[in-house]
Amino acid sequence: MLGVLVVLSLVLITVYFRESEDGALHDMQGAGATVLRPFQVGATRIAHPFQDLYDYLHGLVNAKSQRDRLIAENARLRQQLIQRQSSELQIKSLQKALDYISARRFPDGFKPLTAAIVGKQPSQFEQQVVISAGRADGIADDAPVVSAGALVGKVTKVVGHEAQVTLLTDEESAVSAIDLNTRAEGIVRHGHGPGSTLFLDQVPRSEHVAQGDRIITSGWRAGPLSSIYPRGIAIGHVTSVSYPDTALFASVQVAPYVDFSSLDSVTVLVEKPSAKR
Amino acid sequence: MILGDAAKAGALLFVAAILQVAVFNSVTILGGLPDVLLVTLIAVSLLRGSIVGAAGGFFAGLVVDTATLETMGMTALLLTVAGYWIGRYGETTGRGRHAPLLSVGVVTILYALGALLLRFMIGESGSPGAVLLDALPPTLLLNLLITIPVFVFCRWVLELGHITEPVREVQLLE
Repeated sequence: MLGVLVVLSLVLITVYFRESEDGALHDMQGAGATVLRPFQVGATRIAHPFQDLYDYLHGLVNAKSQRDRLIAENARLRQQLIQRQSSELQIKSLQKALDYISARRFPDGFKPLTAAIVGKQPSQFEQQVVISAGRADGIADDAPVVSAGALVGKVTKVVGHEAQVTLLTDEESAVSAIDLNTRAEGIVRHGHGPGSTLFLDQVPRSEHVAQGDRIITSGWRAGPLSSIYPRGIAIGHVTSVSYPDTALFASVQVAPYVDFSSLDSVTVLVEKPSAKR
Repeated sequence: MILGDAAKAGALLFVAAILQVAVFNSVTILGGLPDVLLVTLIAVSLLRGSIVGAAGGFFAGLVVDTATLETMGMTALLLTVAGYWIGRYGETTGRGRHAPLLSVGVVTILYALGALLLRFMIGESGSPGAVLLDALPPTLLLNLLITIPVFVFCRWVLELGHITEPVREVQLLE
């Protein structure tokens, strides 16, 4: 009995690794996850009042010390804001004097170009949309695409007057991102399951990412290579963090700021010639 | 009766797996997570033996792997071995009142080591120090704390519906 189950487990692991992500076992897993989802939602809802009570009591214990800490923090932040505003003025004048070229940073260095969505791929195959602007409008491959300041995806194909945008919810999409609060870095990608929930992958367990933390693009640069997304585009906020006991990385779920199901127009960030390096 | 027992054990493990994935994996206390699923599996294995332990571990592992979209078979393999081993312990020498606590203590440590080894074998990098030194001690403590309530609950569920002989009055004959 033990031998059969162990061999079966090893076969499952081997097949899972060897097959592509659209393989039968992955599909079965996706279907299974869909079946299990209501149970998970139910369990979460049942546990929610208890978690609220725990959070409330926990907050109550620390309320006074937290208030004192926040008063002190508020005073410190006010002081920092004044100093920062003063420093910013100084930095601007120094940059001007030195002719300093800064790294790409959203929204500086980009010209926003808003375009309507004119076509969609069937969602069961690809998470892509077609927009009504193309090469003729200055759009190039890999241009970042946003909606209301939040990341939607990137341009993956451009023709004369149309472009194809691959959404963040596509399984092929991956964006290097950073948690604004903890500075924990990871890669935002979409899971195998349905829905638009994203995952901040590769976050070490030692990072204390918390629910509600905001996730933005990290916009890295390494020598001649750089991320196609500039730093500072909002992606979403953390909705849950868990530490599965067999995983070496935290499991961080991110709710995107963009409602992908109701997109009707997007803004393509066209790099200004002066910002190109 | 055997089928009924298996169904009850399966239901217990299914609920524990769902609760673990949906609720307890988010409850971090002192840097550790209470592993309700592992403790439930140990209780079921001790009470119902190695076959139910191994099969229950495999089933619960598959549920976890599916719900968390983790590598299929990974948790199933670990829980199968854990369930079988504790089941054998229960069938042979583990009948004392300290058996649940002892089993949970040992299996929590071995499970963490096994998970780490398996991850290493499939090429996932990470810090063993973070898993074994930071997370394991509080997890061990939490698991030991929930052992007795979980064990009592599992025993109660598994004995539900069992018809016991009514106690008859004993008449002493002179």
